[in-house]
Amino acid sequence: MAAKEIEVQEAEKQELVEADAERTRNRSAFVPRVDIYETDEAINVMADMPGVSADSVDITLEQGVLTINGYVDEDQPEGYDKVYSEYRVGDYTRRFTVSHQIAQDEIDATVKDGVLYLHLPKVQPTSRRISVSVA
Amino acid sequence: MLSNPFGFRSSFREMERMRRDMNRALNRLDRGPRFGSVAGYPAMNVWTNDDGAIVTAELPGVDPETLEISVHNDTLTLGGERLPSELGEGEAYHRRERSYGQFRRAFQLPFQIAADKVEASYDRGVLQIAVPRAEADKPRTIQVRAS
Repeated sequence: MAAKEIEVQEAEKQELVEADAERTRNRSAFVPRVDIYETDEAINVMADMPGVSADSVDITLEQGVLTINGYVDEDQPEGYDKVYSEYRVGDYTRRFTVSHQIAQDEIDATVKDGVLYLHLPKVQPTSRRISVSVA
Repeated sequence: MLSNPFGFRSSFREMERMRRDMNRALNRLDRGPRFGSVAGYPAMNVWTNDDGAIVTAELPGVDPETLEISVHNDTLTLGGERLPSELGEGEAYHRRERSYGQFRRAFQLPFQIAADKVEASYDRGVLQIAVPRAEADKPRTIQVRAS
């Protein structure tokens, strides 16, 4: 059986349609493809953002909304003209509502090879044994 | 197959034709010459100057050691695989948008490639391949002798 081949349409980037507030930077913004999966103790997000490094990513979690912003440098090589283009370069942005309570201090984010790995640990319900003392 | 000794600016159309031919030969859906349309995975951009070309592709999350890049005459071939993430027991996907699987693309450039001088680098998920033009293929100016 042949291994799965990636379809052509999976190579296209989805451009962000500016609904209300526009972005301050005058560049195209794209919606990164993400995989989100949930385990018992965390929600994990993996976002494809080629061109982005660890210090060019902005992540905020505010009132249950997770916002991811990735900024990308211009890719023009010196002394060359672009003659053929199948993709454009731009920043990345995406927002999610997070239904679970997240332990904010334990959020872990790493960027490797243009992929953002976001680990959002859920707040575990604490069960405390309450000891009764004799008055 | 014509070789174009007059430089790159007039060869865009020819590159377009060659790209279509090569993709047809590889049995892929041909979507026509719209500027900006993607012919396969990964999407590629091509930059040129008189000495050669630079081909870039967005390939996040790929181990560069597993990429297969080969050149033959005027054709550059890129192949590899994006691995899916494995989920354990009790783990469930909310969204699964990232693509995974094998890919292979061939790109025909309008010049013979200097195969020993091709360099590829992978940074932040972007693959950049520098493809210099073969010396023998560079245009030569011809002096006109006045008699």
